[in-house]
Amino acid sequence: MKNSKIHKFAKDGGYFIIDPPSGSAHISDKLAFDMLGELEPPLPENTPERVYGIFGGFSVSEIDECYGELYGLYKGGALFSGDGDCRRYAEAVSAAPLKALCLHVSHDCNLRCGYCFAGTGGYGGERTLMSPETAAESIDFLVRNSGERTLLEADFFGGEPLMAWETVTAAVDYARSREEEWGKRFKFTITTNGLLLDDEKIDYINREMCNCVLSLDGREETNDRIRKTLSGGGSYGAVTPKFQKLVKNRNKPGFTDYYVRGTFTAYNLDFSEDATEMARLGFRNISIEPVTAPDDRPYAIKREHIPRVFEEYDRLYSIIKNGERDINFFHFNVDLKGGPCVIRRLRGCGCGGEYAAVTPEGELYPCHRFIGAKEWRSGNVSRNGLSREKRDYFAKTHIYSKTGCADCWARFYCSGGCNALSYERYGDARATDGESVECRLMKKRLECAIALNAV
Amino acid sequence: MDAKKHIKTVTGRILKETAEKGGCGGCRASCQSACKTSCTVANQSCEKQQNS
Repeated sequence: MKNSKIHKFAKDGGYFIIDPPSGSAHISDKLAFDMLGELEPPLPENTPERVYGIFGGFSVSEIDECYGELYGLYKGGALFSGDGDCRRYAEAVSAAPLKALCLHVSHDCNLRCGYCFAGTGGYGGERTLMSPETAAESIDFLVRNSGERTLLEADFFGGEPLMAWETVTAAVDYARSREEEWGKRFKFTITTNGLLLDDEKIDYINREMCNCVLSLDGREETNDRIRKTLSGGGSYGAVTPKFQKLVKNRNKPGFTDYYVRGTFTAYNLDFSEDATEMARLGFRNISIEPVTAPDDRPYAIKREHIPRVFEEYDRLYSIIKNGERDINFFHFNVDLKGGPCVIRRLRGCGCGGEYAAVTPEGELYPCHRFIGAKEWRSGNVSRNGLSREKRDYFAKTHIYSKTGCADCWARFYCSGGCNALSYERYGDARATDGESVECRLMKKRLECAIALNAV
Repeated sequence: MDAKKHIKTVTGRILKETAEKGGCGGCRASCQSACKTSCTVANQSCEKQQNS
């Protein structure tokens, strides 16, 4: 039966069962795990006759006991529950007010990373910086389009945002000066390569940014092979002590979040070593993500790499589970007992609706990954709002309208994945195939996350 | 206390029930957290739950 499939997997001696639409998670013994593989809804109240034959090595009472437990969960809506009204919710949801802006304060960068998706900062266009005036207009635009929301977010991104430091501080100071008048509260975040960090900027970031993303790929040889300075040298030595200082001093209540974020490529398929190195450097919050690149790039993660990457995720899982290193790995986090509501999970990141990106010139795009694709230009912060047509398109882009998602067990965890990546890969923001490299790695990470958090 | 012998429920939370109270949009935009390239939603937290 469509959409009522469960997902079950064995890992590290444990048997895990997920009922995606209800959000239920269970741990079982091998008998229950195997028995579930033989069952299809609707389940009868009593043990089906054929089940006794399949599990002939067990007593009738044991089989009945096990089946009874499974049936109880089924009746309680925690197994084979089906998507029910979720599809109706997805169709009924309209474009939400704006909540978050990604401010591209710099379309320039002081590094020349070999895998940069942003054309080493310029996104295929001119190398420019956003003016403080445009940043203030962007803040005004966010407030004007935020409806009843009181909590708003702005992320300083690039290129390298520290190259436009005057704009960053002007935007923060402007927003803070009017928060009370507007009845809004701002959360700021920044993503930086760290090269221009100094004591003053570290203090400011730790005072004003509720989260910061610090770009570093792990071991020196990993990082410096691809994250190069303008002169072609490595960047590890210059940025690592600055990141360490920032994190060490990041202790203001409510402003302690950070991630040291790396990218793994075909060059460092042993990326658990990079995570270990980050931990050795004193970083606890770590995210290492697969590079997104066409298959013809030498550093691209391709299908043939998948088994090796799976091994590495398993290694990282063991390192964390066994307490070898104190690592909070971003993609191994999943809140099985809470987390986002189902409405949020239907549409994922909210790009093009509640989330949008602004170029240095004030042009609006659905998100940072769409910038450079002129067909996705959606307005300008000073002239008009986000295009109604594009807002409606993304409001209707959800797990049931993306191909390949409606029957996938991970649909309520990844929420359909990255729309920009779908567009890059397939020329269609609603296209996925569930078996792409990205989807398979996502599902592997989720299994690790579930196994870590279920016990 | 889960008295079952063969299958233990880690969480029986019925996700669909969150539809009635959910959709406030108070949670963080996922791309602002760490990823910027590979969206995951289930690892975000619910602002309402955190403040309740």
